[in-house]
Amino acid sequence: MAIGKEIKTKIGSINNTQKITSAMEMVAASKMKKAQERMASSRPYADSIRKVIGHVAHAKLEYRHPYLEEREIKRVGYIVISTDRGLCGGLNTNEFKAVVRHAQKQQQDGIEVDFAAIGSKATGFFKRFGGRLLAQKSGLGDKPSVNDVLGTVQVMLDAFDEGKVDRLYLVYNKFVNTMSQEPTVTQLLPLPKAESREDLQKGTWDYLYEPDPQPILEVLIRRYVESTVYQGVVDNIASEQAARMVAMKAATDNAEDLIDQLQLVYNKARQAAITQEISEIVSGAEAV
Amino acid sequence: MAAKTVQLDVVSAEEMLFSGAVETVQVTGSEGELGIYPGHAPLLTTIKPGMVRVVMKGGEEEIIYVAGGVLEVQPHNVTVLADTAIRGEELDEQEALKAKKQAEEAIADSSSDLSYAEAAAELARALAQLQIIRKVRRK
Repeated sequence: MAIGKEIKTKIGSINNTQKITSAMEMVAASKMKKAQERMASSRPYADSIRKVIGHVAHAKLEYRHPYLEEREIKRVGYIVISTDRGLCGGLNTNEFKAVVRHAQKQQQDGIEVDFAAIGSKATGFFKRFGGRLLAQKSGLGDKPSVNDVLGTVQVMLDAFDEGKVDRLYLVYNKFVNTMSQEPTVTQLLPLPKAESREDLQKGTWDYLYEPDPQPILEVLIRRYVESTVYQGVVDNIASEQAARMVAMKAATDNAEDLIDQLQLVYNKARQAAITQEISEIVSGAEAV
Repeated sequence: MAAKTVQLDVVSAEEMLFSGAVETVQVTGSEGELGIYPGHAPLLTTIKPGMVRVVMKGGEEEIIYVAGGVLEVQPHNVTVLADTAIRGEELDEQEALKAKKQAEEAIADSSSDLSYAEAAAELARALAQLQIIRKVRRK
């Protein structure tokens, strides 16, 4: 029977799409679990170094490192972490919107903006958006190592050292839970002042340094920036997988709805054809 | 007698290796061996490849290998931010010996890809690992 042939093919193709989306959903779910574990295992380091940096910011240091000093802002830099692949809902779009909003606020004050992109989606976006792209890194995969982000961080730190950038921000999607990921803009440099803490000595104090303050602070702050960026990358991957899982689940459900509707249309058409045939036969018999 | 203790955290980029109250910590700083007791003045130093020897409450010892990093001391807590850290018992002697041999060859062979500084650092790491392995075994 030739009735509703197009509808049949359409149902078939939606069925195939649904198979793909539901497979992607399951893959994302299992990857998300691993990404969350990785996020949890790198957290102690990030927390500890943040604590140490907090102490450093409170100390009355004999040597003021440039990374600690606020200076007049002419140019700001953003390190934007995005995903490498699409099909993860509005994750990247929301993040880029947050960056653009933040950057435009700076531009209104006559401050110029530079970008460093981690992830191919960010690279693509900022090429279209305009603004200088200082560094670019993509293809991190699901299991990035700290080494993967070092190059990008180095470029931005150099820019900061040379005074090309007076403030540095990190942008990534913070993993809140499976259903929600939050685009986050945090200031990396100069180090933001931590809130006052009680477990520290009161009054003015300074560290003993071995050997000299400058190299140690240099190493420490560099580590801090690297670990923060790495933590951002890991967070972003967990967010990506969560967003993809949710998006693919929605796609699978939509496909189901679409199939139901088309099935109904198809059945109606078939029924109408049968009814018509019967009435033709009946009226033919009456005429005889 | 209730011994005074200090909170110690040893973390590497990958994981947390140790967290708890300890009586004393021994670390190889860039300027030499450091022994830290509770109530130490604030101190900031870099660490050379070597071991972190921890004496826990009650006198129990633990040895951790670190491949460099930063040490921060506050009167009530000590933090070791290690580049790579491995528990003493988990070190692999064969691997360490192999690394040592490779590094020595690289130093001897001027046409090698590794620069002298890199090879020397590699050798220092391997030697530190071997030293810890021996120490752990002697116990």
